[in-house]
Amino acid sequence: MIPLSSYLIVGAILFGLSIAGIVLNRNNLIIILMCIELMLLAVNTNFVAFSHYLGDNIGEVFVFFILTVAAAEAAIGLAILMVLYRHRQNISVDELDSLKG
Amino acid sequence: MLVQNIVFYATAALLVFSGFMMIISRNPVRSALFLVLAFVASSVLWILLEAEFLGLVLVFVYVGAVMTLFLFVIMMLYLDWQHIRGGFVKYLPLGGLIVAAMVGLMIFIISPNHFGLLLPVEHGADYSNIKELGEVLYTQYAYPFELAAVLLLVAIISAISLSHQGKTKNKTQDVSKQVQANPDERVRLVKMPVEKKQ
Amino acid sequence: MLENLKAMSMVVVMAPLVGAIIAGLLGKKIGRAGAHWITISLVGLSLCLSLIIANQVIFHGQGFNGTIYTWGISGNFTFNVGFLIDRLSALMMVVVTFVSFLVHVYSMGYMDDDPGYQRFFSYISLFTFAMLMLVTSNNFLQIFFGWEAVGVVSYFLIGFWFKREPANFGSLKAFLVNRVGDFGFLLGIAAVLQTFGTLDFVSIFANAETIAAKNIHVSIFPGTSWSLITVICILLFIGAMGKSAQVPLHVWLPESMEGPTPISALIHAATMVTAGVFMVSRMSPLYELSEVALSMILVIGATGALFMGFLGIVQHDIKRVVAYSTLSQLGYMMAALGASAFSAGMFHLATHACFKALLFLGAGSVIIAMHHDQDMRNMGNLRKYMPITYITFLVGALSLSAIPPFAGFYSKDAIIEAVHEVTIPGGDYAYICVLLGAFVTALYTFRAFFLTFHGKERIPAKTKPYVKESPASVWIPLAVLAVPSLVLGGMMAGPILYDKAGIFQQPADLLGPSVYVAPQYDVMAKLSHHWHGAWEAAFGAALTAPFWLAIAGIFVAWFTCVKRPHLREDVTKRFPTIYKILVAKYGFDDFNQWFFVRGCRKLADYIFRFADAKFIDDWLVNGSGRVVGHVSRVARHLQTGYLYHYAFAMILGLVVFLIWLFV
Repeated sequence: MIPLSSYLIVGAILFGLSIAGIVLNRNNLIIILMCIELMLLAVNTNFVAFSHYLGDNIGEVFVFFILTVAAAEAAIGLAILMVLYRHRQNISVDELDSLKG
Repeated sequence: MLVQNIVFYATAALLVFSGFMMIISRNPVRSALFLVLAFVASSVLWILLEAEFLGLVLVFVYVGAVMTLFLFVIMMLYLDWQHIRGGFVKYLPLGGLIVAAMVGLMIFIISPNHFGLLLPVEHGADYSNIKELGEVLYTQYAYPFELAAVLLLVAIISAISLSHQGKTKNKTQDVSKQVQANPDERVRLVKMPVEKKQ
Repeated sequence: MLENLKAMSMVVVMAPLVGAIIAGLLGKKIGRAGAHWITISLVGLSLCLSLIIANQVIFHGQGFNGTIYTWGISGNFTFNVGFLIDRLSALMMVVVTFVSFLVHVYSMGYMDDDPGYQRFFSYISLFTFAMLMLVTSNNFLQIFFGWEAVGVVSYFLIGFWFKREPANFGSLKAFLVNRVGDFGFLLGIAAVLQTFGTLDFVSIFANAETIAAKNIHVSIFPGTSWSLITVICILLFIGAMGKSAQVPLHVWLPESMEGPTPISALIHAATMVTAGVFMVSRMSPLYELSEVALSMILVIGATGALFMGFLGIVQHDIKRVVAYSTLSQLGYMMAALGASAFSAGMFHLATHACFKALLFLGAGSVIIAMHHDQDMRNMGNLRKYMPITYITFLVGALSLSAIPPFAGFYSKDAIIEAVHEVTIPGGDYAYICVLLGAFVTALYTFRAFFLTFHGKERIPAKTKPYVKESPASVWIPLAVLAVPSLVLGGMMAGPILYDKAGIFQQPADLLGPSVYVAPQYDVMAKLSHHWHGAWEAAFGAALTAPFWLAIAGIFVAWFTCVKRPHLREDVTKRFPTIYKILVAKYGFDDFNQWFFVRGCRKLADYIFRFADAKFIDDWLVNGSGRVVGHVSRVARHLQTGYLYHYAFAMILGLVVFLIWLFV
């Protein structure tokens, strides 16, 4: 029998990996977006695991909505990325520092 | 049980591996493909957890639609991918340290010592995850469900409006506008006194 | 009948206001003639009704005290507009409307060629309204309203010729000096409200004895103890000092002569400046409870009576001479009040209103003839050119100098006698002052008289062909005012002061229950034993010191101005120090200029530089901006604008949170 912790540990590792991805690939906006997807996947895994082990499918409903929002987010994020690219011919996050204090 | 264990560990290892490869790949296309692999692997995990519907949705929506979109975008952008990766090595120690600390902490927290051995609720062979989910989704969560639909619509419209280039400029005559032109709006007659000669 | 009195009082008070509004707002439409006819007829209406009211109140013993309108309620306090019509206010109403009416008529001639004609009539009607509000009020709030309203109209009118700098300066000075007095007055009203819980006169007077019996003491300065009643009385008297130009708040009155002469007659001689006298009389039930306050009034009044008179001797401006004589006479009135001779003070107020208005208007008539040259050194022998003015001015001067049987004699003699009788501290000093004042009064009055109308002609050649008698609208008021200046005293002295003639109903004298005199201070009762009628008093004057002092004053004036004009310069040269002191007006102005004006400027400058520029502007305003700037200069480094920095911060927060949650 697989304990709940195993799933949670898998989710935690995935979460950590995606953070590392964000920190390491700081220049590449598209990788950052993908890392965010991975992060959401880790969170969703946790939800599904808890839902299964607690015998309550509310968690799955939550995952359903997260998937919806994540799809919307990916669509808009990529659209913004396209606009950005058209403007600057570049998607380097390092150069997006107009808000620097 | 053993089969389940084998499947779980194998898939979990695959999942971690593909995630790791995704963040270290130099080529974003490869990153995307590794992400696809991660999605597929985690869909296996979800099915192990009796969430068949969500597992399938993950494959259909993410692998089939979202990741395709990513691949499209990556290929549309004409960029020097190698150059973009600058700073990877520089931030590796600090990033690795923080991530290791956090993951270690989380694993420590969610280890069986703290969470205990929860046993899953057993279901019979006639259990339908889709039916269960649908019963909740269309009754209790009807409004959030519709909101989610609206949200997707908004996302579509905003994505289009963001990336839409606008009409191409051409020199076609608009006949209806020409016909509707009103001379009163074009010419204004002004009455003023005659200026005397200096 | 009571309702009748109320309605009539309403009309008396409101008619001038209506006139002021019409003349002020519609002045352009109704024109010059419209403006003066409307205001004169409305003030005339007021005068007639005032006479009727006075008749009913004084001879038929009626009265009215009631609220007309409730202005506001705050907690337990109600602020009312109400009338208290008794003998005191009826007398004041007659005086005010009478002088005001004549001044209105006079102004038709005096202001004839002035561009601000309608404005002028609007102002004097407004003034009449304010003054009537003051004298008819039955509570402190309304008296304060009237007090401030007459002050502000006075300010307008002193600065009537607003293009002349001295006029602006004078109006500002009058306003500021009055602020000092009003501050005291307002504090006094606050103290009354605090003590009695009401502002209504009648209920205050009813409780005054009880409050005084409690003998409450307050500590104004650390270590001192003052009786509460004394504090209230002195604070109120400070208000009266400002309005009635008592030493040392008298400095504004001479400057106020920059206004048109009718204004000097109406406001700064006959009515407004006597508001303080009226107010103290009105408050007599309070003042009688405080010997300290009475003593202070007596000393201050007597000081003003003598020393302000001295200043009149060295003035060259004919209006200034009359102005200083007003200061001196106001001192007499205050001294009478201090001696608890309220009826004598009010009687002098009434006679003074007549003869001083007469003198001012006469001076105005001279000024018209001289084409607005007010310097007496350029006059002389004017009796040849303007006989009516000459005669009326003489009547006024004799009345002012207290020569029997003119009106001023009876009132002033009563004051001098009353002060002679007082037993409170300062009485002896006050008696010497008012006695010598009789000499000084006659001296400066007749000096002005002789310099103007007698002696050698010193009229500049330029104006000489135009010097002639003034028009009818100017001399008719003079003639009208000359009558009461001549006969008012003899006719009314007995009834007003002592009620020997017995024409009034109970109680005895004219003011009757309007004023209250404590038995131990009742000097008028002592005097009434010596009163045997007006003629006896007039003949008996030959045996009294004040009469001979006045005669001496007139003689000295005649000798130095007509007989030996060069003598004046000799005296001036012989006593340069005294002359300098008098010309410098005892240095009050210089002191004020040096101490208050310069001090204020210094203080304001200091406050501006340190409190405002340094503290508020630099520290608080700019300082807070600077602090924000400094903090944000540091804090903005947190805002790198890089996405991964924010993500990193979130993660760091998450780690800290996890540690805090579980470890």
